[in-house]
Amino acid sequence: MKIAIASGKGGTGKTTLSTNLASYLSEKNKVVLVDLDVEEPNSGLFIKGNLIYEEEKFKMIPKWVQETCTLCGNCQKVCNFHAVIQLGTMILVFPELCHSCYACSELCPTGSLPMTSKKMGDLKEYKKDNLSFIESKLVIGEEQAVPLIHQTMKYVDEKFGNDAIKIFDSPPGTSCPVIEATKDADFVLLVTEPTPFGLHDLKLAIETMKELKKDFGVIINKSGIGNNNVEAYCNEEHIPVIAKIPNSRKIAELYSSGSLLYNEIKEVKKELIKIEDFILRLKETK
Amino acid sequence: MRIAFTTKGKEWSSEMDARFGRTEFFIVYDEDKDQIEILDNSDSTKDAHGAGPKTAQKLFELKADVLITGNGPGGNAATVLEKTGMQIYVGAGEMTVKEAYEAYKDGKLKKF
Repeated sequence: MKIAIASGKGGTGKTTLSTNLASYLSEKNKVVLVDLDVEEPNSGLFIKGNLIYEEEKFKMIPKWVQETCTLCGNCQKVCNFHAVIQLGTMILVFPELCHSCYACSELCPTGSLPMTSKKMGDLKEYKKDNLSFIESKLVIGEEQAVPLIHQTMKYVDEKFGNDAIKIFDSPPGTSCPVIEATKDADFVLLVTEPTPFGLHDLKLAIETMKELKKDFGVIINKSGIGNNNVEAYCNEEHIPVIAKIPNSRKIAELYSSGSLLYNEIKEVKKELIKIEDFILRLKETK
Repeated sequence: MRIAFTTKGKEWSSEMDARFGRTEFFIVYDEDKDQIEILDNSDSTKDAHGAGPKTAQKLFELKADVLITGNGPGGNAATVLEKTGMQIYVGAGEMTVKEAYEAYKDGKLKKF
C-alpha cells in the first residue's frame, strides 16, 4: 500500500501530515515513511529514530577522453539536455545537466565518453518501533532530484513488502520530481490550504494527478483561514475532502519545536483517524 | 572586434534582452566590416534545461570577441564562455542596443 502526500503549493503541510500520519498509524500498523523531497528533506526534524542503515547514491555521467576523440560532434547532437557541448577542439560535459541516458557514450564511434559514477546524495534509514523512516538528501550543487527519488523508491520496494503502509512525503509543485514521487502510488493525498493560492496550485496538482490516472483526495490544512472556495471546488468536481486540519497557533508552536501534534491536539488526532479509516478501507480494496 | 548583444529584436533601436541563455536574438556587430549579423535564438524556449551552455556554444560559433548582456550568464554558460576567452559586459538589460554599444564604448558597462 503506497500513499503519496503531495501538493501543488509549497508550505501547505505535506510534512506535517506525513510525519503525524506515519507516526500515528505506526501505533497499530507497520509503517514506512519516505521523505522524497530530496532537495530539502525535513521529515527528519519530527521523526527521531535510530540510524540503522546508510548508503551513498551515485548517478552515471560521461567523461571525455581527449586522446581518442575525433571531434565528430555526435555526442553534442544526440544530447537532448545540452549536457555535452563541443567547443572547437574541446568537449565539455555538464554533470548537473546530464540525465544518465548513455546516448553520447553508446553512440561515440571511438568510445571516448565512458560513463563514470558521480555521487549525487545519501540515503539513510532510521527505525523507531513500528516505524521505518527513509530519508534521501541531494549533495549540494546537484540539480536533479529525479534519479535520487527513483533510487530511493527502488530501495523501499526491495526492502519492504506490501503488508506495510508506505507513506511518501513528496516534493511540492507539479514538475518531474513530483511525477517520479507519485507515479507508483496507490493513492495520492493532496494537501492544500483554503486560500486563493492554495486553490490555484491545487488545481494544477489535480490536473497532474488526472494526467497520471491516479486516485486522489484532498486534505485541507489550516482550515478556518481564507475562504470556502477550495471545498466548494472539490464538491463541484466530486473530489473527496478526506480531512480538515484546523488552523491554530498551538499547532504552529509545536511544529516550530519539532514536535508531533496528535498527542497534544485532539482535533488533529480526530482528523488523522478519518484519514486512517479512509486508508484502511482503501487497503481492503487494493 | 565582433561584439554580440542579447536582444529582443533585430535593429539597433531594439531593446536589449537581459537574459543570456534564453535571449530571443543575438545581434553581432562586426566593427571592422561595419556589418550586422542576426542570430535567432528563440528555439531556446523549447529547452527545459541547458539553454545556457547551448546558447554559449552558438555564440562561440559566431566568433564573437565581446558579449554585451543584462543579468550575465548563469553558471554553466559562464563555464563555456570562460573557455572561449570572450570578454563579457553586463548591466545593459534596460538599454537599447545602440545605447548599450555607446555605454560599452564609453567604458560604462561592468565587466562580468
